[in-house]
Amino acid sequence: MMALADLLRASDDPLAAKKAHFPGKAKNVIFLFMEGAPSQMDLFDPKPALKQWHGKPLPASETKDLKLAFIKPTASVLASPRTFKPSGQCGMELSDLLPNLSSCADDLCLIRSMRSDAFNHHPGQLLLFSGHMQGGRPTLGAWVAYGMGSESKNLPAFVVLTSGVGTSGGSDNFSSGFLPSTYGGTVFRGSGDPILYLSNPEGVSQTSQRARLDALRDLNQQHQDATGDLEIASRIHSYELAFRMQMAAPELLDFSKESPQTLEDYGVKKDQTRAYGTNCLLARRMVERGVRFVMLMHASWDHHSEINKGLVRQCGVTDQPVAALLKDLKQRGLLDTTLVIWAGEFGRTPMSEIRRPEEADNAGRDHHPEGYSLWMAGGGVKGGQVIGKTDDLALRITEDPIHVHDLQATILRLLGFDHTRLTYRHMGRDFRLTDVSGEVVKSVLA
Amino acid sequence: MRKLIFLLAVVALGASRPWSSTPVQRPAVPVVRDQGWARNPIDRFILARLEREGITPSPPADPRTLLRRASLDLTGLPPTPEELEKFFADSSPAAYEQQVERLLASPHYGEAWARHWLDVARYADSDGYEKDWVRPWAWRYRDWVINALNANMPFDEFSIEQIAGDLLPRPSTEQLVATGFHRMTLTNREGGVDNEQFRFENVIDRASTTGSVWLGLTVGCAQCHDHKFDPISQKDFYRWVALFDSTEEVDIDAPLPGEQGAYHRMSGEYRARRNALLAEYNVPALQAAWEARMLEAAAQPGKWTDWDLAWDCLLKLTSGGDGEKIIRKKPAERTQRDNDVLTDHFVRNYHFAVGQPKYRELKLNELDARLTALKNEFPRLTQAYVIEESPKPRPAHIRVRGDYKSLGVAVEPGGFANLPPIPSSGRTNRLDMARWLFSAGNPLTTRVTVNRIWQEFFGQGLVRTSDDFGTQGEKPVYPELLDWLATEFRESGWDVKHIQRLIVASAAYRQSSAARPDLQSKDPANNLLARQARLRLPAELIRDSALSVSGLLNPALGGPSIRPFQPAGVAELAYANSVKWTESAGADRYRRGLYIHFQRTTPYPLMVNFDAPKGNVPACRRQRSNTPLQALNLLNDPAFFEAAYAFANRILAEAGPDPAKRIELAFSYALGRPPRPAERARLEQYIAEQKAILDKEPESLARMIPGPAPGADSLTTAAWTGASSVLLNLDEFITRE
Repeated sequence: MMALADLLRASDDPLAAKKAHFPGKAKNVIFLFMEGAPSQMDLFDPKPALKQWHGKPLPASETKDLKLAFIKPTASVLASPRTFKPSGQCGMELSDLLPNLSSCADDLCLIRSMRSDAFNHHPGQLLLFSGHMQGGRPTLGAWVAYGMGSESKNLPAFVVLTSGVGTSGGSDNFSSGFLPSTYGGTVFRGSGDPILYLSNPEGVSQTSQRARLDALRDLNQQHQDATGDLEIASRIHSYELAFRMQMAAPELLDFSKESPQTLEDYGVKKDQTRAYGTNCLLARRMVERGVRFVMLMHASWDHHSEINKGLVRQCGVTDQPVAALLKDLKQRGLLDTTLVIWAGEFGRTPMSEIRRPEEADNAGRDHHPEGYSLWMAGGGVKGGQVIGKTDDLALRITEDPIHVHDLQATILRLLGFDHTRLTYRHMGRDFRLTDVSGEVVKSVLA
Repeated sequence: MRKLIFLLAVVALGASRPWSSTPVQRPAVPVVRDQGWARNPIDRFILARLEREGITPSPPADPRTLLRRASLDLTGLPPTPEELEKFFADSSPAAYEQQVERLLASPHYGEAWARHWLDVARYADSDGYEKDWVRPWAWRYRDWVINALNANMPFDEFSIEQIAGDLLPRPSTEQLVATGFHRMTLTNREGGVDNEQFRFENVIDRASTTGSVWLGLTVGCAQCHDHKFDPISQKDFYRWVALFDSTEEVDIDAPLPGEQGAYHRMSGEYRARRNALLAEYNVPALQAAWEARMLEAAAQPGKWTDWDLAWDCLLKLTSGGDGEKIIRKKPAERTQRDNDVLTDHFVRNYHFAVGQPKYRELKLNELDARLTALKNEFPRLTQAYVIEESPKPRPAHIRVRGDYKSLGVAVEPGGFANLPPIPSSGRTNRLDMARWLFSAGNPLTTRVTVNRIWQEFFGQGLVRTSDDFGTQGEKPVYPELLDWLATEFRESGWDVKHIQRLIVASAAYRQSSAARPDLQSKDPANNLLARQARLRLPAELIRDSALSVSGLLNPALGGPSIRPFQPAGVAELAYANSVKWTESAGADRYRRGLYIHFQRTTPYPLMVNFDAPKGNVPACRRQRSNTPLQALNLLNDPAFFEAAYAFANRILAEAGPDPAKRIELAFSYALGRPPRPAERARLEQYIAEQKAILDKEPESLARMIPGPAPGADSLTTAAWTGASSVLLNLDEFITRE
């Protein structure tokens, strides 16, 4: 097969590893997408001042410009019942809901001043992943696969893992948009075939499959000789890659060589953390095997009601595996070259949302695109710092506003790209992830 | 916040007038040295250039290849072995033309070309966005397109009816159905969204799509006042948008022939039973109180948070009409449809107002199911999604920084300052604009359209950037040929089949597609067309070909979209598991790919793997990628393996026991040609190997096939299933050569 592969000029393989614009620290990305908009003031951004407003509406002067999805500006405030304590040497304040993550504080770059243009989920997710609030454009993972190609010979460049319920954005969140479908995210499924159509058809043994592929390869080769079309060589190449993928996936999914300690750290053996822990461990194994971009979609943090219970539940599911992933990557020396991002599409309001006034303790929070929090770690990120500030009421950004496009520009910068130059021509225009704006947040860079 | 604005970057209309905005004139057909090659004027334009470059055209394709090419291009289906052999044996000079006429007259022609049109129309069977509700009647518009193409409706009529059918004098139902083009926009039913924002986005989408599809104008999205190529003023842009700003989305009865009689005969009984059901659950009284309370809550937002939510749901979750408009009408002013829409909404969603316990106590969930069951018991009228012009035109404004809420100065609807004005006898409307697209002074529509037709026969347009006729796009390689075709198109009365007939009749089209090493440095991208192109088939046609050669294809035309088998876990990626994929029963599973239900947030995997557009924005040309997921799809998808088994059955039944004949027939079906000796030997070798493997794996044999083909044993059937699968996976099988 090598002879054939050699026939393919590098430019013929759309996923050949490519050089970025300049040397970037990060070679791989693990994007922990926390779908539904996690509440920043219960997890990352303590707001003790809200206690004095609890149960009361805020002054109209404070709320008049807010864009709210469900509630009205007169809704009463819901103070967070969580406690925050300084963590790590940096003293970053994190919620008691995140005890495991707190032990990684010195690796985190926490941003408390994020801003989105969208206050509805699907447009918000489209903006986060494709830079634009309407569908149809390539997503972050696809741009990275397009820009950097793949280091793996037998796994896709961009893999998606899911847990929880389905997301608002669905496949729009990992779509290739108008890029060739080569660059779109490949979903690794939780049950059945890990990759769609990975298993041989019923009754086709591995020997039969190989015989089928050999005949296919030879007949394709004969036709290539007849027509002289190099595209047939890439077709042969794709089939061989597909076969290697069939061989490689079971090994990837086989945790038997992981130590019991590792499995325990990730929570793979516990019901509560099994699904998310498995995905986190898979993410590490994929990065080890050269997968460029791993996206974990976990839904849902959309706590319009019963937010206090909901957060306990979601943090119980994710906190331990996420921290295990960070520590594991670090211990294996992979964190330096792996960019880990934990983010939702926007944040939530300090005011409560009450869908059933007659039932007690069911308050939730509405969507809020101003001043939400997320964190990044590894891959050229300066850890142990907090960037940005919000006001005491968690309504507005008071320092270092960072727009979603700035985040995207920064992610691309960490990978070695000038976001204004990673473009693709479509419908007569050079499109890019950051649309027409975006500035690299220098303070994030180590 | 960064406020973004869609701008039509009408670069074409800038100070330096680019080629595309110059008037279209019929150029003289060039003189060529070689008098023997050219079959029609198209060839003379091409040959003149090739002669200048010292390039000879490629030899003609083998007749069988040519017939397979024309069949796939015109109908999307491969020819049968009988058709191939008949054509091969027919030495009369008109043999090929007769085949072309047969293909153009086939009802499958309309299906194949509808697929191209549906790409630009951003067709889908669901809303898009989070909820991504199914649109059960979207197919009514899809079928309109198929029928119009099969009838060879002149392209001006075809266009005018889609852009402005509602404004034609006393429009027919079909002319209204045509406006479904504008209903292919997305609908966001996510709680809490501002309906006005998404109404405005849809208006912008309609304006941009129309500019892009008919004028080839680049639709850019640029930050306001900061557009690099900004020859068009914001004012012009909003004049164009204003043409679409008074459109209202309306759902109508659009019965198919034969539906009305039964419907009207039964409607009295249906009404009586529906009313009885509603009375049984006390709906009239409950609904009246609910309506009063809803209006009260809407007037005082924030006072009752549960009713705020109920009101928001009325705005988002009403099906079949505009809930807010209906509830604000006096009952006496409401139509029967209004009443049904509002009552159905009430019955299904009352719990948002009063909570689930109360809702269940009233058993309205039960009533909801009973109403649906009742509806299904009676004949129904097919519905269509159309648009209408509001009787009260919206005052049009520039939107400051593109923000839908910031109204700037008022503008009048109209066209672009740098193109000929749109004639009108009053306030310019969509119909004036639609007619103007086909006026003598408009050079763009005809050029853009013939170019898109050309693209489907050569793999790329004469202007390769078929979606961009502005200065950022590429210039045509053969500008005179483009204009000759553009003139021909206009003068033929916008006859699409006439242009297609001319193209497929040309010697240029009939050339071999084999690579030309001699042109590797001179014309690597084949811009000069000294050969045909090998083109990977689009997603739908890969399925159609596999179903067709295996004999499984159900060739029925039109009707509701179908859902073939889809592995678990695909639909589940949708929001909160809300998308249900219920597999179609019986022969519907074997319909053409065009009819597969397109769910925007979780499309059918074959579509995703093989570059079908996502149905969000117009797609003027498809990608042709080549990926390992495509390989897995064709190798292992049970649907393709089922086709391989059926194909094996067909070969064994039709070819009889002679192994050589079997291979010949299999090649003829799959590739439209006889096998070369080495190919024959390799396939024989595979069949022997596969038999040997299965001999040692009796348990595999039992699982691999449901049973032996008639007149064959299990081992042969299984080995041939494998061989069929090899053929269905060949690069050549999924390629039109």
